[in-house]
Amino acid sequence: MPGLGASFGRGGATTFLQDLQHSDCIVIQGSNMAECHPVGFQWVMEAKKRGAKVIHIDPRFTRTSAVADSHVPLRAGSDIAFLGGIINYVLQHEKYFKEYVLAYTNASFLLREEFQDTEELDGLFSGYDASTAKYDSTSWSYAGLEGDGREGGKGAGGDDLGHAEGESHGSGGPALNPNEVQKDWTLQHPRSVFQVLKRHYARYTPEMVEQVCGVPASQFLEVCEAVTANSGRERTTCWVYSVGWTQHSVGVQYIRGAAIIQLLLGNMGRPGGGILALRGHASIQGSTDIPTLFNLLPGYLPMPQAAEHETWEAYLDGIRSPQQKGFWGNAESYVVSLLKAWWGEHATKENGWAFDYLPRISGDHGTYQTALDMVDDKVEGYFLLGQNPAVGSAHGKLQRLGMAHLKWLVVRDLNMIESATFWKDGPEIESGELRTEDIGTEVFFLPAAAHTEKSGTFTQTQRMLQWHHKAVDPPGDCQSELAFFYLLGQKVRARLADSGEARDLPLQHLTWDYPLDADGEIDAEAVLQEINGRHADGRLLSGYLEMKPDGSTAGGCWIYSGVYADGVNQSARRKPGSEQDWVAKEWGWAWPYNRRILYNRASADPDGKPWSARKAYMQWDGEHWVGPDNVDFPKDRAPSYRAPEGATGPDALNGDDPFVMMADGKGWLFSPSGLVDGPLPAHYEPAESPVVNPLYGQQANPTREVFKRKENPMQPSGDEPGADVFPYVFTTYRLTEHHTAGGMSRWLPYLSELQPEFFCEVSPAHARERGLENHGWATIITARAAIEARVLVTERVVPLRVGGKVVHQVGLPYHWGVGTDAVVTGDSANDLFGLALDANVHIQETKAAACDIQPGRRPRGEALLRMVEEYRSRAGITVETGQQRMTQRNEP
Amino acid sequence: MTSNPARDAGWVDPPPRKGFFTDTSVCIGCKACEVACKEWNAVPDDGMNFLGSSYDNTGQLGASTWRHVKFIEQPASTAVDLGLPRVGLPGQQDTGERTDFRWLMESDVCKHCTHAACLDVCPTGSLFRTEFGTVVVQEDICNGCGYCVPACPFGVIDRRIGEKGVTKNVGIAQKCTLCYDRLHDGLTPACAQACPTESIQFGDLDELRARAQERVDTMHDQGIPQARLYGADESDGVGGLGAFFLLLDEPEVYGLPPDPVVTTKDLPEMWKKAGLAALALLAGAVAVFGSGS
Repeated sequence: MPGLGASFGRGGATTFLQDLQHSDCIVIQGSNMAECHPVGFQWVMEAKKRGAKVIHIDPRFTRTSAVADSHVPLRAGSDIAFLGGIINYVLQHEKYFKEYVLAYTNASFLLREEFQDTEELDGLFSGYDASTAKYDSTSWSYAGLEGDGREGGKGAGGDDLGHAEGESHGSGGPALNPNEVQKDWTLQHPRSVFQVLKRHYARYTPEMVEQVCGVPASQFLEVCEAVTANSGRERTTCWVYSVGWTQHSVGVQYIRGAAIIQLLLGNMGRPGGGILALRGHASIQGSTDIPTLFNLLPGYLPMPQAAEHETWEAYLDGIRSPQQKGFWGNAESYVVSLLKAWWGEHATKENGWAFDYLPRISGDHGTYQTALDMVDDKVEGYFLLGQNPAVGSAHGKLQRLGMAHLKWLVVRDLNMIESATFWKDGPEIESGELRTEDIGTEVFFLPAAAHTEKSGTFTQTQRMLQWHHKAVDPPGDCQSELAFFYLLGQKVRARLADSGEARDLPLQHLTWDYPLDADGEIDAEAVLQEINGRHADGRLLSGYLEMKPDGSTAGGCWIYSGVYADGVNQSARRKPGSEQDWVAKEWGWAWPYNRRILYNRASADPDGKPWSARKAYMQWDGEHWVGPDNVDFPKDRAPSYRAPEGATGPDALNGDDPFVMMADGKGWLFSPSGLVDGPLPAHYEPAESPVVNPLYGQQANPTREVFKRKENPMQPSGDEPGADVFPYVFTTYRLTEHHTAGGMSRWLPYLSELQPEFFCEVSPAHARERGLENHGWATIITARAAIEARVLVTERVVPLRVGGKVVHQVGLPYHWGVGTDAVVTGDSANDLFGLALDANVHIQETKAAACDIQPGRRPRGEALLRMVEEYRSRAGITVETGQQRMTQRNEP
Repeated sequence: MTSNPARDAGWVDPPPRKGFFTDTSVCIGCKACEVACKEWNAVPDDGMNFLGSSYDNTGQLGASTWRHVKFIEQPASTAVDLGLPRVGLPGQQDTGERTDFRWLMESDVCKHCTHAACLDVCPTGSLFRTEFGTVVVQEDICNGCGYCVPACPFGVIDRRIGEKGVTKNVGIAQKCTLCYDRLHDGLTPACAQACPTESIQFGDLDELRARAQERVDTMHDQGIPQARLYGADESDGVGGLGAFFLLLDEPEVYGLPPDPVVTTKDLPEMWKKAGLAALALLAGAVAVFGSGS
């Protein structure tokens, strides 16, 4: 979530679902909320009943559009142009909330003279190194700071370790020393953030929006008017997004676009405002908070890197700047407490809190690089837990080919998913590319317990932990993840108990002593208590403010500290909404500190008074911050407080610094550090696009991650020769009736019958152009695969006029996979994609790419391979195609 | 005061009549109602059939589908209404009121009619009127004669098709029970319980009708003149519906009959006429053969 982290300080939704009812306008963009979050969507309907305007901006007319006040169809992959257009409208028409912008954002901060914008460099920012395709972000920093202003600190680094840093701003903005920053309160200085922003977005005119997005200027202006009319002192607008924004090669910058708009309009930290990041499914927020990511430790602490973080001191200096403001300044307490939680008495001051027990990252170990490493026989074994990469990951064939190289594969799932059976019934068996007898992978299928069969928490979309109690025992051999890992740990530790090898010390010394419940199973509440943290005497912590850097506290995830405050499992609270106020603080527990709207100090003006009676939330009563929420600010810090010279950490926050995790206390219109692909969002085309970037000479994100290998053929894009072989835009998505790669839905008849077959959605005009018939079959082709789908011809898909030509879009739900065990099966949309990733977060671009579509079913067997090869050959695709990140421009 | 078919059916001091108000204006087509219904009532799946009909792969209500979410894709109307007589399907012409493409969704269900023909024609007493005013099939009494199937003016009830021994209740007439078992325990029917947007509302029919009227009035004030209630009027041909709807267009657009009439309405008249005819025949016979003897 670095888009939010590098704007506001934390990578989580800034508001909560119930707060939507107070919005005067709700913009849902890059999300199909009604279909993918139907329960939360009730609050959109509630807002609509109260008179709010609901706008859905999306390539397709979905069930969300059906109940919105207006639907704005745009070309998949063009959202930054749209958002940039709104920013330009807000600035040009002076619709921004001036007092808010001056007080709470970095608009007045001055940038360095050496900073150059995309305006000067035709789509690149200063600091780009074409040989590495990376930025040195030094020139993006504020004027008046030494060096890159980070003094070590987290930030966009020039590391070669897989660009891991962008992700570590999930709970804490990038490090930076703000004390000496020059400012211009008139906002007139040409190097002020405000003026840079104005120049950067000047070319994002309504006409340009029309040309890039295919949205008529009049319709675009209607959105601008609705959003600006519903923002300000008296009114607030909320922006809702989901994976329709994140799964792009420039996805993080989509989110930055919304962040800039919401800061300019003064919608952050206020009721009915904010940015609601909707998560893909249950506990996805939780799986970044306590991460399943290779480059993070719990609470968004970065994983130490080889060479760079050899010593404890080097690591510590790397994660926080000693001079910075805000709560990230206490990072040492969080790391020491984590190490104490893991290694207890073995973590001492003398051994650097057992810091050397942590492995170091020596390269990119993201999921896609790992799949390639499997192909290269660098990976022996693989655990899949609730994950079905044969269907759910981009470039399905690569995933399956990779798994066929493993020595062993453990699949823990509810059903015999395709990732467990690809070796006997996958698409490559049918095509003859793989033969079962040649695959040496030993597959262990371990049945998993469902959520009703185990206790634990889900951390949902709004950062709220909710406890679920085990209702029934898991059947047969089914087991919870917790029980599985506990026992696995026991067994591994038993094996290594007598080892004298130093490398085994981390396992031998690991605290692995959990109480067992009546059934002999590990007690989940004991784990939650460990996460919450304890004092040395065993008392539970009340929150991370109690964490100490001296080893007297232990806690597994600092941002979750407080979930067991007062010895109570706060996440298990279920006081009905009818028995408390609308904020419902006594239902579950939200990190941090059970705050429901983040940065809510900004709901009051700089003097601590509500901006308006209608939008009152938190306010200063002369002694404390009071209101319906827990204030996201030091409780008793007066609005007039000014930090003394030399203060650091939380003590350095002024009374009007609402963004308490940011090094300068302000919301970032311009991100001087924290992102690897630019301080401001600029529109780049998707890696594979039938359209030439109308805004800059630079076609696609110049920092996107590419994999130049024969397994990953990419298509020509824009005006490159051969691009016309793949003339259509396609996008993938989910349906209400199914769950992601189908593991939880395609085995259930009641869900499967509702959407039994893989289908594609096309417009009537597109169907005519290609001879597609409703209810018939179509074959969709890219450089990687040809797949077949039933056809739905619908007016819900409309052709768009983009830059003088008509662009057709194909919609593909990605729930189906090839196998024999599920109730319903089908070709997988994810087989179509190649790998092009956002360098900030290694996320794949699966929301916009280019394809061809033909009527009828696909060929079988070897003929299928020949068909795809024929397309590659016709488009002139080589291993070099599409791998050049900086666009080579012909000099005039 | 709503008519009380339970009292008419002989229940002494029945509880208030229960029903559904389905507000299609807030339906998001999630089909949670279909799934919750099947889960609770152990209704089997209805086949894995891709219909190519928008997002509807259920097709229609039947013995194995007691809730059915309809999806209606309405093209944008562009032409100006000239006030000329219309041809084509209702809702498919230009009315001058609507310019946007619309995707209408409606969760359909048994209407639990005030005057229920299925009940009238059932020879075994399997179909009965409950104390809540709803109409329920008793699967252990139904003999599968099928009289109820053509009797329903909405095409709701049907006999279950399937392989005996594999699928339960094959050949037996099946439909929504308004979760009769749940009502006895004071629970909300499964579909209404699962509905995330309160499109399906359950309660006392009196109160639901008042609430629905209020909602329509609000929508008219909000500039949505197409909003209308369907089946809330006791003077209609079925005496009003126990499960009624707020629609955003004419009933035909949703595949609902505009003026449903209980199919047994003319039965008394028919029997009377048949009786008269029989009497006349008898009289004739007596006249012919009697006088000649």
